[in-house]
Amino acid sequence: MSGEAIKATGLTKVYPGGVLAVDHVSFTVNEGEVFALLGPNGAGKSTTIGMLTTTLKPTDGTALVGGHDIIREPEKVRRVIGVVLQEYTADEDLTGYDNIMLMASLYGIPKQVAKDRALELLEMVGLSSAKDRKVETYSGGMRRRLELAMGLINRPRILFLDEPTLGLDVQTRAAIWDYIIKLKQEYGMTILVTTHYLEEADMYGDRVAIIDHGKILDIGSPDELKNKVGGDMITLETSGLVDGAQNALKSLNQVRSVELKDGKVIIKVSDGPSAIPSIVSALQGQGITILRLSMSRPTMDEVYISYTGRSLRDESGSSEEAFVMRRTIRRARA
Amino acid sequence: MSENYGMLHGLWALTNRELKKWYKEPVILLLSLVQPILWIAIFGKAMNFAKLFTGASLNIPGLNIPKQVIDEIGAIVLKQTFGTTDYFSFLAVGMLSFIVLFTSMSSGMTIVWDRRLGFLNKVLTTPVPRGSIIMSKVFASVVKSLVQSAIILLIGVLLGLTFNFPMLSVEAFAITYLALFLLSIGFSALFLMLALRSTRWETQMAIMNLLNMPLMFSSNSFYPISFMPWWLKPIAEVNPLTYANEVARWALIGVQPTVPVYMSLIYLAVFGVLFSALGIILSWRFLSS
Repeated sequence: MSGEAIKATGLTKVYPGGVLAVDHVSFTVNEGEVFALLGPNGAGKSTTIGMLTTTLKPTDGTALVGGHDIIREPEKVRRVIGVVLQEYTADEDLTGYDNIMLMASLYGIPKQVAKDRALELLEMVGLSSAKDRKVETYSGGMRRRLELAMGLINRPRILFLDEPTLGLDVQTRAAIWDYIIKLKQEYGMTILVTTHYLEEADMYGDRVAIIDHGKILDIGSPDELKNKVGGDMITLETSGLVDGAQNALKSLNQVRSVELKDGKVIIKVSDGPSAIPSIVSALQGQGITILRLSMSRPTMDEVYISYTGRSLRDESGSSEEAFVMRRTIRRARA
Repeated sequence: MSENYGMLHGLWALTNRELKKWYKEPVILLLSLVQPILWIAIFGKAMNFAKLFTGASLNIPGLNIPKQVIDEIGAIVLKQTFGTTDYFSFLAVGMLSFIVLFTSMSSGMTIVWDRRLGFLNKVLTTPVPRGSIIMSKVFASVVKSLVQSAIILLIGVLLGLTFNFPMLSVEAFAITYLALFLLSIGFSALFLMLALRSTRWETQMAIMNLLNMPLMFSSNSFYPISFMPWWLKPIAEVNPLTYANEVARWALIGVQPTVPVYMSLIYLAVFGVLFSALGIILSWRFLSS
């Protein structure tokens, strides 16, 4: 293995009816990293995961997962991956423990090993006391954590997480991510995660791919992506700004733009901390007193808007509602 | 990784899951027995052809036929029509294949549910062969069918089913259940195949409702094939229910079969193997999209 856990080349999926869900997507996920696919609902994230986990057949292109081709050797791919899907997949009529043990036997794990691992995983996700209850009695957060435990029973080298925190409250989301990071450190897993929570991609992703309308728009670490969008923003309040000062600021080679807004000076620079000293000295050279200075990094939201032309935050609320709604309907029918 | 993944890998685990869901809900088991019990208890008891002759006063005015003669004629007519003078036993044994058909039909529903509830999607990401997913449902459905038909048989006996074994009783039961086993494999695989791509349980319900009565009434479950109009006979002669009934009626109540018993068993075996093979092959293609 050359350190590449996943290598997708020209991966494409056209659904019957001509819907182009994923459009010639290529990317590489390195071993041991957390790779986040960030994009709105319908961007093609779940379809990409479906193809990589061998449940959907690509219309074109292919991918290597753990060194195995997803089209030619799907059985080998299935052995090295763990999958936590967006939907709840546990059997509601069985207990949490039974569900994990069932998964273990589907992976051919010897019973005694499976028992130890199941108890360990249940302990880790905090479900030990609920393990003998039927899954239908679990809350949303408990079900998510059970799904995570089920996806880990085979100690996968590569873990796929499709919206692992969708529709959960803030505390539970943080707790789930704690588990994910712990697992990554403990087992050295490679993790491919899809999310439409910008903060999550920002905080936990080693690298982020922004995906929209089935295409990957850019890939990079959160910092790289932010720098591309415009770097850091320095806001100044001064005792007056003469034209000469503005020109002096513009002539600094770290400064990208200078703007006046509501009586404040907004300076965009590629690297804030290293630019501040020269900005301060340039202004002092012009005899201008700085009253306040603050610096902010661009948020993932700004990054996202600059790529897709719209905000993801506006959409996430309604999609969550849609998800909860779907689940409620499903349950009502059951 | 040294785990071994054979052809049948995961088959037992998945079968066990289905059965666990089933025996932990005895209410559903009992409810599914209601219909065949009503058939036996009401239809079987009320539709008593023997009464045609032993009814209060069968007599032709002017002729003074002794009751014994009428009884003899009645017995011969019944024997020639049903192969036995005991219509209740004839029907009760026919109900065994009926309950097998009903239980096997509902196997298609389980795959629709697994798809809707996400379980199937998850299983598809594991190294379980696609064929095991189908066959686990077939086998679970077979176990359910055979247990239910055993209960029906017991109830039939309580209501007056009388055995007339042409051989050892153990052999008779073994042959009966072999036939029912093969019948159940075939029907379970057939209805699973129809449900492979379905995401709507309403469609499955419609298929079940559409097919159950025609399958029943185009077989010899209620009446012999000789009763049927010419156009129905060929349908009855390819209907696997007919052959399961032939075998069971011969083994349990001594009705002379119209085709050799081994031929019926071969027919049922072909039915079971053919549809299982088709189900497995289709599952490779159609279980994932």
